[in-house]
Amino acid sequence: MFESKSGIFLIAGIGFFGLAFLSNAVVPAMMYRHLPEKPVADLVNPNVRYQFEDLAQRYPDEFKAAFATEQDPVPTDPQEAAKWYSTKCAEALSMGRKIYTGEGCWHCHSQFVRPVSNEDRRYGPVSKSWEYQNELQRPVMFGTRRVGPDLSREGGRRSSDWHAVHFFRPKTLSPTSPMPEYPWLFDGSPDKPNKRGLALMIYVQWLGSWLESYPYYEDYEPTKIEKPIAEAE
Amino acid sequence: MPTATDSPRHEHLVIERLVFWYFAAALGYMLISMVAGIIMGLQLLSWNPLPALEHLSPGRWRMVHTNAIAYGFLANGFLGMLHWVVPRLSLRPVLDKRLSYFIFAAWQIVVLSTAVGLILGEAQGLEWGETPVWIDPLAQVGLLLVAFDFGYPIIKVKGPMYVTLWYFLAALVWTFLTYAMGNFIPQYCVSGSAAGAVGGLFIHDLVGLFVTPLGWGMMYYFVPILLKRPMWSHGLSLVGFWGLAFFYPLQGIHHFLYTPIPMFLQYGAVLSTIALEFVVLTVIINFVGTLRGTGMACLSNLPLRYFYTGITFYFLTCLQCALQTTMTFQALIHFTDWVVGHAHMVMFGVFSMWQLGMMVYLVPRLLKTEWYSEKWCYWHYWASAGGLCVMAGDLILGGLFQGWSWAALQPWEKSIEVSIPFWAVRIAAGAVMFWAQLLFAYNLFKTWQKSPLRTGEETLPHVAPATM
Repeated sequence: MFESKSGIFLIAGIGFFGLAFLSNAVVPAMMYRHLPEKPVADLVNPNVRYQFEDLAQRYPDEFKAAFATEQDPVPTDPQEAAKWYSTKCAEALSMGRKIYTGEGCWHCHSQFVRPVSNEDRRYGPVSKSWEYQNELQRPVMFGTRRVGPDLSREGGRRSSDWHAVHFFRPKTLSPTSPMPEYPWLFDGSPDKPNKRGLALMIYVQWLGSWLESYPYYEDYEPTKIEKPIAEAE
Repeated sequence: MPTATDSPRHEHLVIERLVFWYFAAALGYMLISMVAGIIMGLQLLSWNPLPALEHLSPGRWRMVHTNAIAYGFLANGFLGMLHWVVPRLSLRPVLDKRLSYFIFAAWQIVVLSTAVGLILGEAQGLEWGETPVWIDPLAQVGLLLVAFDFGYPIIKVKGPMYVTLWYFLAALVWTFLTYAMGNFIPQYCVSGSAAGAVGGLFIHDLVGLFVTPLGWGMMYYFVPILLKRPMWSHGLSLVGFWGLAFFYPLQGIHHFLYTPIPMFLQYGAVLSTIALEFVVLTVIINFVGTLRGTGMACLSNLPLRYFYTGITFYFLTCLQCALQTTMTFQALIHFTDWVVGHAHMVMFGVFSMWQLGMMVYLVPRLLKTEWYSEKWCYWHYWASAGGLCVMAGDLILGGLFQGWSWAALQPWEKSIEVSIPFWAVRIAAGAVMFWAQLLFAYNLFKTWQKSPLRTGEETLPHVAPATM
């Protein structure tokens, strides 16, 4: 049996693989069956909605070009408008996740806070299972390496302006940061994010928005740059 | 058993041209992967000379780095090796020679389109499974064809099979299943922590059930041939194979300790990792035992030197595994460069060294001529092995400093500051390794240029250099 073709094919090849799949993959899936996966539309909570509308005010022209096109403008009726914002926000979140994956952000930024190594003091509450049971964690973004800090509680800590400048040229805000620059998320300057830039910003602002403790204002560092929004207002 | 006179001739069994093509393709991807690694390494030091353009983004090229090694270098090298070993061991050609040529072309298309997809920003969010979702079904069909092509001669073997074929037969099944599991289930079926468990299983099985069995099968084939003696203990070969087959797939979750994945599953993965270390020890003992009394062969025989260097690194990585998957170690080293150092030791120190050693051995036989420069082969060995030692040691040490700096709640910038010297040493070691592969590729090119197959001179009888 141990040296025969059928033994190797059936027991080692299929049997042991199946056993491992059963114990390591099916068991956790069964254990979390009381936490059904949430679709993106259900992930738009008031925190992230606030951030999305904030983007609309900070970058009115860019937001209009990206989301409120002539074919699909913001409805005038307030109730319809609220629905419109939620739908567009969900769309932006999906796109943001795609960019976050495609640019490989997750290879340098993890998305889980461990119960060890003082991580709850640096980042916030330790990660729980239910936080990951949603469409934007498919495949899950636990991460693999932290060249930069964990981002699972990043939303609301910094303004979207900060993120815009940081994506455009990280060294402007963190002089020693090894993070690459992402100018293709903008039309030439950090105050002109394109659709991809806006989507990535809302995705980052979404991270941790499901927690009551969002945002961590006590850890909030005021940005050192002049906000373009000041002129816009 | 067929007698020596009616057993099929080597030239009817092995498509030598295809073996050589696979090796050439593998080396090409190795160079691409290393360029990508160097871009990312320079980025960490803020020395990246490339302009900030979308398609040159280090974040995307970092994925090219890992995928080109796994699917470009290792997979191509292994396919070439299978074309040499499987027909010679089973005494039967592969299922269909046209299918073999088709697989070669199809696999290059899969790997190239993966690279293009990654550069265009189409990655899937799964480590080593970044292959864009529209390529996954294609790769899956390719793996099925590979399983048929090589599985056929193996299945046709009468009676008990040699160790190498156990590993290869299992690997053909496992690779297909692993790829399917990793690329489809977390993308379409489950999410959250359960998907994390599948993802862990995938990255682990890809090393353990695709690369490792093919690598060990290769060692069980070439080491006895080079030493002109059988393996020390058949019993230990059995323990090694079945131990690996049982324990290896059970460990996926040890990549995600302290996550919301249920704790008892995490402990199970840790225990099985430690158990595997004992199995690995039996394999190492078997190979060291095979060497008994002829240890000097490791110095005088160049391919053997690559092989035993890899075996030593394998022992070290597995010992490291058993320690680093404990919860105590994980608290400190998870997410640090320790893991990166460990990964380089496995993928380059073990499996790349084995494949390069195999190429050193097979290329003169494929091209019917000696290496253009044997001296360059020695240079390649020392620069590869030495560079890897420095890189892995440096990253492992650097990881400890990063972990301590985080646990001490130092500002984030401090952990970057403390990493800079380690990253600088890493790029130097990487440059040496890159130079070594360039030299190897150039040596291969020059050897090909003087090959009688190309110059059309009278084909010499089988060349078997005394020292190699």
